Amino acid sequence: MTIRILAIDDSPTMRGLIAAALEPAGFEVHLAEDGIDGLDRLLAADPHLVITDINMPQMDGFGVITAVRASTGHASLPILVLTTETGAELKQRARSAGATGWIVKPFDEAGLIDTINRVLGL
Amino acid sequence: MAGPDTLRATFFEECEDLLSRLGDGLSLMAEPGETSDIETVHGVFRAVHSVKGGAAAFGLTSVVEFAHVFETVLDLMRSGRLPVSLPAMQTLLRASDVLADLVTVARDGGADPPQMASLLMELDLLAEQGPAPDLIEADFDFQPVPIHIPDGVAPSITPDPVTYAITLSPLAGLYAHGHEPAALIRALRRLGEVEVIADIDAIRPLAALDLSRPGLRWQMRLTTTKARDEIEAVFDFVGDDAEVTITRLLPEPTLPTEAPAPIMPAPPSQRPTDSSPAGSAAAVLPLSATIRVNLDRVDRLINQIGELVILEAVLAQAVTTAGLRDDSDLATSLAGIRQLAGSIQETVLSIRAQPLKPVFQRMQRITREAGDATGKQVRLAMIGDTTEVDKTVIERLADPLTHMIRNAVDHGIEAPAQRMALGKPPVGVITLSAAHRSGRVIIELSDDGGGIDRSRVRAIAEARGLVATDAVLTPADIDNLLFLPGFSSKEEASSLSGRGVGLDVVRREIQSLGGRVTLQSVPGQGTTFTIALPLTLAVLDGMLISVGPETMVLPLSAIVETIRPASAQIHLLGQSGRLVANRGALVPIIDLADCFGFAPIADLDRSVLIMVESDSGRRAALAATGIHDQRQVVIKSLEQNYGSVHGISAATILGDGRIALIIDPEEILRSTAVDSPSAARTAHG
Amino acid sequence: MRQMMLQHTADQNDVVALRIGDQDYCIDIEVVREIRGWSPTTVLPHAPAHVTGVINLRGAVVAVVDLAARLGLGKTAPTPRHVIVIVAFGPQTVGLLADVVSDILGVDHAAMQPVPDLASDATRAFITNVIPLEDGRMLRKLDLSKILPHRTAEGV
Repeated sequence: MTIRILAIDDSPTMRGLIAAALEPAGFEVHLAEDGIDGLDRLLAADPHLVITDINMPQMDGFGVITAVRASTGHASLPILVLTTETGAELKQRARSAGATGWIVKPFDEAGLIDTINRVLGL
Repeated sequence: MAGPDTLRATFFEECEDLLSRLGDGLSLMAEPGETSDIETVHGVFRAVHSVKGGAAAFGLTSVVEFAHVFETVLDLMRSGRLPVSLPAMQTLLRASDVLADLVTVARDGGADPPQMASLLMELDLLAEQGPAPDLIEADFDFQPVPIHIPDGVAPSITPDPVTYAITLSPLAGLYAHGHEPAALIRALRRLGEVEVIADIDAIRPLAALDLSRPGLRWQMRLTTTKARDEIEAVFDFVGDDAEVTITRLLPEPTLPTEAPAPIMPAPPSQRPTDSSPAGSAAAVLPLSATIRVNLDRVDRLINQIGELVILEAVLAQAVTTAGLRDDSDLATSLAGIRQLAGSIQETVLSIRAQPLKPVFQRMQRITREAGDATGKQVRLAMIGDTTEVDKTVIERLADPLTHMIRNAVDHGIEAPAQRMALGKPPVGVITLSAAHRSGRVIIELSDDGGGIDRSRVRAIAEARGLVATDAVLTPADIDNLLFLPGFSSKEEASSLSGRGVGLDVVRREIQSLGGRVTLQSVPGQGTTFTIALPLTLAVLDGMLISVGPETMVLPLSAIVETIRPASAQIHLLGQSGRLVANRGALVPIIDLADCFGFAPIADLDRSVLIMVESDSGRRAALAATGIHDQRQVVIKSLEQNYGSVHGISAATILGDGRIALIIDPEEILRSTAVDSPSAARTAHG
Repeated sequence: MRQMMLQHTADQNDVVALRIGDQDYCIDIEVVREIRGWSPTTVLPHAPAHVTGVINLRGAVVAVVDLAARLGLGKTAPTPRHVIVIVAFGPQTVGLLADVVSDILGVDHAAMQPVPDLASDATRAFITNVIPLEDGRMLRKLDLSKILPHRTAEGV
């Protein structure tokens, strides 16, 4: 089974990095440019896991989480937030916003895949 | 898939965009009297943040380090903990310049910009004006080094397996946050042998079932050689969403007596089904409706469309020659093709068109630096920076604009004290505007400074022998002296515009783009430079004229009017000079045939005079033996296979497949300049 | 035009032989892109006498050099029977006006002889070698770097 990942980041570099890390590992990667775009793609992509940036125009990562959690069928979809912050406050904020976990930028490929595997129990 | 180099290139391209947004946002924030829209501040923060994020991925430590400090200040501002003050904004604007430099250095190599250290200090000082640093640290526990998750904390000897008893009691948040006990259990499996017991005791009867209070619990026994850290890492994300206990068991394991329960309970989450049709789409869906295309391909397309347009003209001529009626099927189809080819050409040319914004934005920085260097306060206002022009035109605009801005700051804008004394606001304003006007792009650069000091300009020009001391010059003539080669002086050279480059170079550069530059100045109120540029370098609106045995093209943009001379209007001047009276002025006649080495026109009365005007406002009447129609022609380089020809800017291909040369009226006027501005006016007076 | 099938060997060069006036010249076949009949050129102002003008070669503007004029053999009065040999030399594409293309032949390297040190002949400056042929004719190998218009200097 191919694992589908929806990655939401306004930075083309980050999107590129994510795709470059995950596609060779056999993931099917869907990319979105911002929160709104990400929600648009949620239904079509039907991902097993969502990775979202926090600082984005239109709708930030926390908004994405709230919206995904509120949408039918995705209430318990695993969502990882991409962040450069590692403080305890961030962890608390991400958890209370409903994130499943976080990925600290910059990430390396192995770490990213490891985190995804861990969350999906692969 | 994209390799690291492509990603790197993507990153630097993104940086350009981010830095441009940063500049935009900061300028908006620095706008006097504006209360910054919080979204603007957020946008600025995001830009720096994204630069930092990408730079970290590529290990660009200088960029990361600087962006981090920059971002810290911006974060304080966006959360309202640091006020947006003018001095603060000036620091941020300079910081954006340094960040841009750092990115350039990261891309092209070189040394870190010298201002980096001082700006880091300024930014730190700003950050200190915010709340206590501890608070920031807590919020931004920053790690600039790429994290490598070790795959086995490599102790040299494999430790003996240890057994842990782990209990997992999910709370409601576990499911709400997308966790799944099954996934956690599988993650544990990767560490070693796991025995799992589902504890269903706490599950309530159906009637009393409360989904927000999960009743299922797990007891696990993990035998692993891995460190306890790694077990804890499995539950890192879980946090308070479940009660987790991890207990190391003593070496003599007591096996559970209870019968093991089914290992995998049905996952409580509603996982999307695998059969969903959308999932089979391409691995990466298109991001948006844009693609990146190699410029060569676009240029090839433009050339090919040019050929198509020419072939259509050839065909049309053949149809006419064959005597077919205009309403014949062939002729109407051909007209359809002509229309289509024309619109394809327009569309293709628009691919090369890009907004002027990037080059305008660079001028912000030039303005700031020029202001700093001269101790003057200047603000650059930009209007119409979304106006689109051919990419090449944009690239080649940067130098002339830079020079003109420095010139305006150096010579136009007065020192703050002087401005105050004159009743002007202390901060001078340079306005850079762009707009499309009748098929051309008009760029205006105006300052609210003192205007051109004409007596001084005249004195300099006389001292340099550029103009006779007794010449009668109108104010406009004097202003145009600034464009003369050799006017730019070292004496008045400041550190800024005195770099040996004069406005003559600016004019040449603009002219080489098929454009013109003119200026108007009002003493005490300022100077406006107007640049008119073609939208494209690929086609040109021209008039077909006969010169000697050849058909040539004269750019429409230079033509003022055409006149049929009568003998009465033509006056001899000296041996061969001839002038024509036109609208109250006497204008020199230039015989194009003579100019290009053909037999001179014998009878001027039977020629056509085409009145052209140069950038400096000088007029001449170009004599041709006939004029034909006006049309858009495809510009072909003459230099690629031959070289430059005096008085000729390029070539084109006519309907009969033959080549016609495109005349450069500016060059012809310049070279036949028996009439310096003074001479022309003398003739006039 | 007579063509010969050639056994091409390593120490041979194929050349295109041209007749200009009553003399035989040649150029390396590698530089030749095509041979076309004469078509009227557009006169280039201020051009040297040996540049007859420019033609449209599938959308590119190509200058035509009158070889006879260039070699000091007098200006050609072109007719439709004249030929233009299109050559690519470096980044430059140029047309060479000649009376006729007479042959394509393989020339042994050994047959290439240095230009005899004769009196100052205008054509000598434009020739790299001479090649005597069995039929008694002599081919003069043209030095394209000298013949072609220089892209920057010329015409200014």
